[in-house]
Order: sequence, then structure tokens, then C-alpha cells
Amino acid sequence: MSGGLYSMDQRDFDQTLDLKKIKPYGDTMNDGKVQLSFTLPVPCNDEAIEAAKQLLKKLGFENPQVVYYKELTTGFTFFNCYGTCKHTVDFTSIHVPKVESTKMDMKETDTFIKENIGRKIVVIGASTGTDAHTVGIDAIMNMKGYAGHYGIERYDMFEALNMGAQVSNEDFIAKAIELKADAMLVSQTVTQKDVHIKNLTELVEMLEAEGLRDKVLLICGGPRISHELAKELGYDAGFSMNSYADDVASYIAQELNRRLQTK
Amino acid sequence: MNTSKLGLDFGKVVEAKKISGKIAHDVQKFVDCYTTVAVERTLCRLISIDGVDKNDVPLPNVVVDQIHEKGLLREGVLFFIGNAIIETGLTPQQIAEKIADKEINITELNINSTKSIKAAIEPYINSTVERISNNVKTRNNYIKQLGEGAKPYIYVIVATGNIYEDVVQAQAAARQGADIIAVIRTTGQSLLDYVPFGATTEGFGGTYATQENFRIMRAALDEVGQEVGRYIRLCNYCSGLCMPEIAAMGALERLDVMLNDALYGILFRDINPQRTIVDQYFSRIINGFAGVIINTGEDNYLTTADAFEQAHTVLASDLINEQLALLAGMHEEQMGLGHAFEMNPEMKNGFLYELAQAQMTREIFPKAPLKYMPPTKFMTGNIFRGQIQNALFNEISIWTGQGIQLLGMITEAVHTPFMSDRYLAIENAKYIFNNLKDIGDEVEFKENGIIQNRAHKVLNDALSLLHQIEEEGLFDALEKGLFADTKRSKTGGKGLSGVVEKSDNYFNPFVTIMKGGKK
Repeated sequence: MSGGLYSMDQRDFDQTLDLKKIKPYGDTMNDGKVQLSFTLPVPCNDEAIEAAKQLLKKLGFENPQVVYYKELTTGFTFFNCYGTCKHTVDFTSIHVPKVESTKMDMKETDTFIKENIGRKIVVIGASTGTDAHTVGIDAIMNMKGYAGHYGIERYDMFEALNMGAQVSNEDFIAKAIELKADAMLVSQTVTQKDVHIKNLTELVEMLEAEGLRDKVLLICGGPRISHELAKELGYDAGFSMNSYADDVASYIAQELNRRLQTK
Repeated sequence: MNTSKLGLDFGKVVEAKKISGKIAHDVQKFVDCYTTVAVERTLCRLISIDGVDKNDVPLPNVVVDQIHEKGLLREGVLFFIGNAIIETGLTPQQIAEKIADKEINITELNINSTKSIKAAIEPYINSTVERISNNVKTRNNYIKQLGEGAKPYIYVIVATGNIYEDVVQAQAAARQGADIIAVIRTTGQSLLDYVPFGATTEGFGGTYATQENFRIMRAALDEVGQEVGRYIRLCNYCSGLCMPEIAAMGALERLDVMLNDALYGILFRDINPQRTIVDQYFSRIINGFAGVIINTGEDNYLTTADAFEQAHTVLASDLINEQLALLAGMHEEQMGLGHAFEMNPEMKNGFLYELAQAQMTREIFPKAPLKYMPPTKFMTGNIFRGQIQNALFNEISIWTGQGIQLLGMITEAVHTPFMSDRYLAIENAKYIFNNLKDIGDEVEFKENGIIQNRAHKVLNDALSLLHQIEEEGLFDALEKGLFADTKRSKTGGKGLSGVVEKSDNYFNPFVTIMKGGKK
């Protein structure tokens, strides 16, 4: 096995970084190395290993290696594999729509609101529909926050209400009207069979029917949500994994200020 | 339980259990006066009323709704069905069908003497009691013949939405080493005020709990149990608005483990506290009689509240749950009290604190098959670190002798587990359980060290929290948000309209029979 450990292979590829043609990086520029694992619905035998290699080739990998395999149960074999990716991506031509705001910490955001808006911003949040997970909305809204980022409830200049999980879109809108919410935060964690899309779309449609859509900042978040998807569904912004209360709070403060000024 | 590796003061443990007992008795005084639509539907199921009407409404709902609409549920469904048996000469199932066809209103019949009503219903009660007793015997025989996995039992989840696909995944998991298979329920089932009927193939994030689905999975696990030479336990979720109905269905189909915790439903599903506390009492009586191990949901507190700061709330709640279960006639060996490994992985000495708490929980509940929950809150999508987090969690479990190990999945927070995720989780657990098998017997903790002191602090904090709850009563404590940083009012939440004060004539013989003659 030592041959694999200290590879003496000729490295006859260009080893300079070209942002117009980037490839995965293992330990050498442009080596294209990728690790992946998957299960095939076949018994564990030589043919299964060959099938895994053929699949890797079809996926665009050269030199496919099956380094580990194991039959999980009769007729299902698990593989750990490596391969050399032959495809490249032009990094210079990529454009990803992003939430456009400057990230500020809690103090800065509070000061910004005091100076520019001059009153507390009212925010309500909920995990809507049948979704019972509050982990997302809690991380953004609850006093304690998440991973050292305090939640919106802790900000002096936010009046925040976290309605929790399994809130119907009707109740959510009713509460927004009652509290005259400036911003509505929707969290969606369960995404099986795209149930989140249906739920999010329904909320937009209901707000439009009530003539409220333009009166609130509508924001959604969750592991499978991107800003791009949020925009597509008719939201003002979307936040995905690794977003914290500071991201959301700074966006709300700055966007609300922008809207109040252009009015 | 008189020697503690943690130097715990068992006088304090005794005191904590005494206070928890008072809190539980206080709750029980309320529970004894009430019934609910769910309890009454459960009684329908226990006298063998099953099936649906032409609009797919379950017959237990049809029967209970007819009585409840007349405002007469306080008399209890057994009173009206028993009376209807005398008046019509039909079986409970036939009577239910006639109600569904709007051919009869059982509240409008001529009323017979209570004594004759009780006699009329008795054979149906006895036949169900016998069926459940036989299920207990069957389970015990299987365990005697086949054996079972060593503790901690390896508990994994299947959640495809399709019961037939669940069978494939469950059997695979059993072959890989799982001891308990839990079929996660579809999102939102806990808020349905009825139990769907028949085999189901569509669910979101889980599979409907139906009696037919229970039967299908039970048969599949018995089959694979024979193959692997180990009894494989089946777990479902006896919580939400149909808590006691699920308990009855589980008892009838020989489920072995049930999530069963009113506090969980109150805090995390916003179910009305009065409703679910009453429901819980009867469901625990059934689970107790059916030899089911219940799991409580304290671990969830730490997904909303901080695992380090709020550890004592978990212990306090476990202590209350233990007393509530004892009042329902359960044995300590059936109490899978919940706790969890949920501290922030970046915390210095976090492992030592987790170890202290797990050992403390073990020593305070020496006979309980404690349910230990894996890291979820700080699983990030970095599956490689996730595998290590799960390994640390497994180490603590074998070290401290936990009862039920709910395996962590590396793809927690990403998707419902792949077959390979489950394999990797089981491999991880089996490796560690074997490699560190006797570490608990070998290693002692430093006197007044970090571990011992952590355990003392959590016990002390739990004790003062219990004093506070005793003073205020459990319902008021919930209103103040003492658990999980969540506030729940006694009259808020879902399901309050289904709570009814019992009349003097109300009777439910299952309570006495299933508690072994104890009241």
C-alpha cells in the first residue's frame, strides 16, 4: 500500500492557479481530487465495485478509486471513493445575489436605529405551517442567540416576538397586524418534499391579498433557503445556514431605513 | 445506591424525590377529576371499536363526538356504550357503525342500572386485557428465546414516510446492530385530534402512526429478530393530542418503547397543559400494564435553553416525571428518563461536565433505562466533526451505563438519515461500546474535582428549582417559563375544549385492572 502513500506519479498538469478554470484541490494545485461516498442498491461483489467506478467516470472523474466498501444490508453496498475531477469552473464569471447590507454588531445596530429611525423596530418571527422545529427562529430571535451571537430580543432597539413553532400563516399575519410589525421572519426547517416552498408561497399570497405585502419587510430563513430562492418566492431577503442575529438585524435596520428615506 | 462515584449526598436525592412526589400528587388531584375526548376515544379502542366512516373519520371519534355534542361526555363513553349493548344487543363495533350511519343516538336510549351497564361492558374489557397480557407474554418469550442486545440499547430512527420503505430501512438497521427501531411520525401528527387509519405511504419527515402501520412494522421486526437472534424493540410516539389512543394501539400491537411525556407536548407542541396531563395519566397506565418502556423528552429542553446553564431543569423534570409515572403504576425499569449531550463543543472541559451529568443521572435513577440523546443543536453539516461529537457522546454512555442510546447521525441538520448514515452511527457506537466496555468500573473521579463538583452543583440547583415548583404548583411554574425558557399558560394551547370534568357515575375499569388492583 506504500505506493499510494508516497505517490511517485508524474504531475504532468499545469500547477498554476487560473481563476477562469478552477478545480478541486487535494494537495497540489489543479490535481482535481475529490472524495465522495454513496450506496448502490446491489450486493457486495466485484461487479459492484466496477459499477461504482463506472459511475464515478460518468460523474466526470478520472482515475476512480474505491478505497472502502461494505455491504450495509443484503443488496446494498456502501462505497468511499476518490477520483480526479476533469471539469473546471470559471470563478471570474460567477454572480450570486446577496443580501446587500453592512454587517454590524448589536451595539452598532442599536445606535444606527436610534440615530436613523428614532424608534424601536417591531419584528415578529415564527416557524410556520406544520414545521415543529424552533431551532432556527430561536437562534435568531431568542435573548441568548446562538454561538455567541445574541438574539434580536436582546437588542434595545427591537421589539421582538418569537411565536414559536407550528404557527399558521393566518395567525402569523393577524399578529403582524396587531403589533404593526415592521418585519416578519419565517423559519422553515422541515423541507421534505418541498413543503417549505408551498408554505412560504402561501404566506406571500395571503399578505398580498390583505394588501400588506409592501408594508412589511418579509424575510425567510432555514438550512435549504438561499437569498436567491427567497427573492424568487417574493421575499425581501433570505438567510441560510451560518447566518446569525447580527446578519438579520443589520439587514432589517438598514433596509427599513432605506425604505423610510425613499418614501 | 449508597455509594456514589461523584460523592453525591443521597440525603439530597431523597429530599428531591420527596418534593417531586408532592408536586406529582398535586397534579394528580387535578387529573383524578377529569377525562378528555382522547381518553374516551381510547376506551372505544380498548373495547375493540376500530375502522372509519365513509368520510374517513375514525369510529372512536364518531362515537365520542356524538356524546360530546350533547354535553354528556362527563358520564364516560363506557356508560353509554354499555347501556347501548343492553338496549340493542349489538357489539360495541356494531353500535359504532350504526352511529356512523346516523341510525342511532346512544345518548337518547332508555337508561339501565349502572350495575347492569358495567356487566354488559365487562366481557369486552376482559378480552382486551387478555390480549395485551398475551402480548407481554409473547415479548417475554421472544426475549427468553432470542435474547436481546446489551445495554445501552442502540436506538435508531426510520423516517421515510412510507411504511413499506420504513420496513426495508428498519430491517437493515437491525442487521447492522440496532436494538430499538423508532418510526418517526409525520410532521404535525401530534396536533391531529384523531389517529389516521390503515397502512400509509405518504408523510412529511416521518410516517403516520396508525394501528396497521404498527402491525406491519411489528411483523417485520419479529422476522428480522429471528434472523439476527435478538429481540428488536419497536418504538413510536405516544404524545400529542392522541396520546392515550396511541398507547392503546401500541399495547394491542406489542410496541415496546413509547415517547410519552406531557411536559414535552406542552412546551414544544403548545398542547394545553390540562388536556395532556390528563391524557398522560391514562396513557402511562396502559404503557405500564403493557410492559412498555416510556421515554421522556427532557433532552429537548436543551435545544432551546443552554445545556450547561439549564442542566438542573432536566434533572428536576426527570424527577417529576418519575413520580408521575409511579402514580400511574409504572415500574422504575420502564422509565426511560431523558437527558442529552448538547453542550457547545467549543466549551472547555465540556466533556467532563457531560460525563458528570450522565453519571449523576445514572446514580439518581439507578434502575431506570435512561434515554440518552445525542448532540443535535451543534451539529453543523461538518459531518467529520459530527462523527467525533457522536463518538464522545457514545463514550459517556458506555462509561456511565446509560439504558437507551439514541444514536447521533452525522447528517443531523442536513437530511433524514441515509442507510449509510445509520450504518456509520452503529459502527461508531459498537466500536466504542466494545472498546471501552468496562471503563466505568475501572476509573474513579477525583474528590472535589471538576466532575464531582459539577454534579453537586446540578443537584443543588435542581433541588432549589423543585422547591420553587412545589410552592407554585407545576402549572404555574410552566406559566413562568421554568422549563426550556418557554412559557405556557394553563388555559392556552391546543386541545382544551376536549377536557371534561367527570360526573359521579363516571367509570373506567381499566384504571384499576391495569394498575394491578391499585387505585
